[in-house]
Parts: sequence; structure tokens; C-alpha cells
Amino acid sequence: MTRTRFTSGCAALLVVSMAGVALAQGPARFGIGRPATPQEIAAIDIDIMPDGKALPAGRGTSAEGAAIYATKCAQCHGKTGTEGPNDILVGREPRTGFPFSQDPKLPHTIGNYWPYATTVFDYVRRAMPPTAPGSLTDNEVYALTAFLLNANELIAADAVMDSTTLAAVKMPAREHFVPDTRTQMPRKPRK
Amino acid sequence: MKVTRRDLLAGAACAVALGATAQAQTSPAADPSKVRGKPPRATGQRAAGEKVQRLVRGATSSGTPHQDLMGIITPSDLHFERHHGGVPEIDPAHYSLVIHGMVDRPMVFTLADLKRFPSVSRIHFLECSGNLGRTAGPETTPGQLAGLTSTSEWTGVPLATLLKEAGVQAKAKWLLAEGTDAAVLTRSVPIEKALDDAIVAYGQNGEPIRPEQGYPARLFLPGWEGNASVKWLRRIEVSDQPFMTREETSKYTEPFANGTSRMFSFRMDARSLITYPGFPVTLTPGWVEINGIAWTGAGKIARVDVSTDGGKTWTAAKLQEPVLSMAHTRFRHLWNWTGGEAVIMSRAVDETGYMQPTRAELLTQRGPGTTGYHLNPVTGWVVQAGGKVIYKEEAWG
Repeated sequence: MTRTRFTSGCAALLVVSMAGVALAQGPARFGIGRPATPQEIAAIDIDIMPDGKALPAGRGTSAEGAAIYATKCAQCHGKTGTEGPNDILVGREPRTGFPFSQDPKLPHTIGNYWPYATTVFDYVRRAMPPTAPGSLTDNEVYALTAFLLNANELIAADAVMDSTTLAAVKMPAREHFVPDTRTQMPRKPRK
Repeated sequence: MKVTRRDLLAGAACAVALGATAQAQTSPAADPSKVRGKPPRATGQRAAGEKVQRLVRGATSSGTPHQDLMGIITPSDLHFERHHGGVPEIDPAHYSLVIHGMVDRPMVFTLADLKRFPSVSRIHFLECSGNLGRTAGPETTPGQLAGLTSTSEWTGVPLATLLKEAGVQAKAKWLLAEGTDAAVLTRSVPIEKALDDAIVAYGQNGEPIRPEQGYPARLFLPGWEGNASVKWLRRIEVSDQPFMTREETSKYTEPFANGTSRMFSFRMDARSLITYPGFPVTLTPGWVEINGIAWTGAGKIARVDVSTDGGKTWTAAKLQEPVLSMAHTRFRHLWNWTGGEAVIMSRAVDETGYMQPTRAELLTQRGPGTTGYHLNPVTGWVVQAGGKVIYKEEAWG
């Protein structure tokens, strides 16, 4: 075998092995699945962002929410939201310093622990009440959110909650939340 | 050997007769070798005397009975469950996963579509971030103490493959994963994890995922708190910011002694659990193989130390090979118990050098009022002088 033939043979081998690599990694796209239509996305795209993005049209007040709360929520959360037996929703913390780590008896209420008011709307609309999840109208959810925020002394008794006013509510706990400082990703490269 | 039709017919008749004999038998014979055994059956069952069960706690969870198990794989029907709106019944023919948001091509994938993509199978633990019986009494079993971790072989399509199909845009940083259970549970996941080792899984230990674990398809995030691996996955929305869902704000966050609360604390840190001996075992003096499981979301377990003197001295246990990344690892330590009270404990060290903390260390950082998430202290068992083994009770705060 001459040197030339050896070299070209190596080049041919290299081409073959590179093709093998490309094949093993697969194509850029497989063409599996189909495009999602705007309608089918809209039908299940129910999340609300913390800046209020995607909050729907509609409105509600605390007074309207109180009536809904009494019939659909009080059974599990108590007459005023402080009694339980399920999550205690109402209550502010007069002490400074966010003392949750030191006080095992301090409940995590909407008023003292939830960092975003928009989360109340998002969660109540998607999952409450457990006996009929997803059954509340947008107006009912705005009204319940207004009731809970007012009960937690976060908005005025006569405030109207809608996509603009709800997004503007600042929660006192927000500044106390910090992202994880541990390294999130595996600390060694994966083989 | 040539088998004729006549042979087959005779054989079938014989099998029917034998089957009748086997079915008539109700309790084990004194000498099983003198009785014809049972015929084949379509699905296997545990031996009649093995009553191994999950421990059901209320309406939202059941734990793996680690005291009854061996090796590292959790039988699928004993994998822990934790759900926030019950276990949904989903028709696989009508299942679909929508990927939209900051993508070039919003896509819908049926279950058949997901299975058509190139697949991967990986053995990983899955642990609920609230996996410690903080105020456990002396009569606490290993499963009661830490039953919300299990290990399975998960099969599915890498999420990166699906995201490539949809064309994730350059500014994407987070995605929302949403389930189709009654809680319509949502969690935000960093795009780095989604593109690294996340799987949309449809297989568990060689068969379709069980309903309690997310049938027909779930997100699986190796090494991360179970809640983020959203089950019954119906939708993924790609975004440039986290969604601040109820689960990642009012729940699954950890108050610290410095007046902050930690959020997006995904990784499960190293932990170990002696599964034998523990309550309700009673030992007799002699050689005891102490054994248990260790795991870490940071990679592989590097070492498990065992103490038989209440933490005064420690000896490295033997690790069962192969040690897999982000999977339960079985450890064993031979101990000659000569009688007299002893406290046995274990502590795990992972490949990054992280050592499982003591309860006191955790309390200092987190405080007595902190939530029950991400608590992985060293725990132990008291072998009483008479051989009875009870949980080494420790107050929280």
C-alpha cells in the first residue's frame, strides 16, 4: 500500500465515521407531532404570570367574594379564613424579621407568606374548590381574591379587583424570598 | 423430537387435569415436592404470605415500606405516591402534551408521538421534598420515617428532544410544567435542567408508568424534589421568567434562621437511611448485617459511614455496585452485636464532598419553625439490651 492510498483510505474512513456520528445524534427535527392551534392552546393556557400577564377580563369586590367564600370555601378554611381545618388563609404578622423559622405555630397565610397576589387568582381558578375544581367564573375568582386580600388587610374593603388592580397589589412577604444559593445543576459534568 | 397433534391433545388434557388438582389445593403442603404445582398465569403475584404494603397517610400520600425491601429498585406497586388532587384516570388514546410559549413551532404530541421519538432509560430515585417524620416516636418504621423516596428505571423521551422539535427561542429561561389532575399542578423549571437531563417519561420498571406515578406520561427531573417532576403532564409553556405558582411560593419553600425563605430549592441533598435493623425488628446476639439506602441529587454516593456507638466512631460501609448517579445506593455493614444497648446510625457523603448533616446543624440553619421540606438529617435506631429496635427519637427544636 502506498502512502497516497493509505491517506485517502483514512480520509474515506473519517467521512464514514462522521456520517455515523450525525446519524447517532439524529436529525435536527424528527417531524413527529403536529402544530398546536391557537384555539387548543387557549383552552388550557390558564396560568397567570406574577406581573399580571394573562389575567382575564372581569372584576370582583370583597363583598361579592364574601358571599361566595361562605358557601364554597368556609367549610374547609373556616368562617373567617383563620379557623381551618385546611390551610389558614388569613392573618398578618406584626413582628418584624419574617420569624417563620423560629415560630412553629405561625401559619403561612396569604397575608404574611404569599409573595405574589396573582398566585391567589391563578390557584383558586385552577384548583378550587376541591369538590368542583375549575368551576368558578373569572368574576367569582376576582371576587374571592378581593375578599382574601381584604381580609388580610392588603387592599381596601371597597377595592375592585381586575386585571390592572390585582397586578398592582404588593405583598409584604415578597422581599423575604430568595433563590436557592446551592448549585442547582449537577456539580460535575455528566458523562 | 417430533411432536404430533395427538401428543399435543394428550398434553392439553393432562394439563387440564393437573390444573384442577392444583386449584383444589388451598394451603401450602407440608412437602411441596409431593404435590403438583400451580399452572402458569397471565400476571404474577407475590407469595401468599408476603403482605408487603405501602403505608397510606391521609388522602394525599402513601410511603414505600423500606423495611420490607432489598436492593435498590422499588417495585412499582410500592413506589411512594403524593398528589394534590387525587390520582386522575386518563384515557391514553385522548392524552396529549402541548408545548407552546417562547417556541418557534407550538406543538401537540400524542402518547404514540412521544413513544416514536428516540428513548432513554435511566435508573433514578424520586423523593418528595417533605420526606422526614420530624416528630416520629420510638415505634416508627423506616418506611414511616422516610418512605417518600423510591427508585425506578424510568423510560421516556428526553425533554430536550421535544423542545428541539418545537424550537425553543434564545431568550427562553424557564418553562411551566402543568398536570391534568384536579390540582392542575404547576411548577416552573429552569431551561438548563430541561435541556440537560429532564425526561418526559412513560415507562417505569419496564412497563407503562403506574397511575399514581403519572400515567400515561410525566415530567421526570433527576435528583430534584419530586413535586417539580409534574405528573400527568398536559402542557409545557416556555417563558423568560418563572411563573411563581402556588406550589413554588406558599409551599415547597424553606424559611431560614436569617429571616429569608428559600425558593426554587430543587436539588435533593445527600441522605441515608438504615432499613435493617429498624423498628419493629428484634435482634438476637450475633452477626447482624446492617444495611440501608443512600442517595443524593448531586450525583453519586461516594461513601456511607455507619456508627454502632451513637456517633462516637464511624466506619465506611460497603456500597453495592454499580453505584448509579441520582439513584438509591445499597450499603451494608457487618456488626457483631454482643448484647447491651447500642445506637446505630448512618451518614452519607456524595461525590461533591457534601456530608449529610446532623439534626443540630439543620436546626441551626433552618430554625424550629421551618417547613418540613429538604430535611435530611442523620437518623438512628436504638438497639435495646433485649434486642428490640426502636427509632432514636429526637425533638425538633
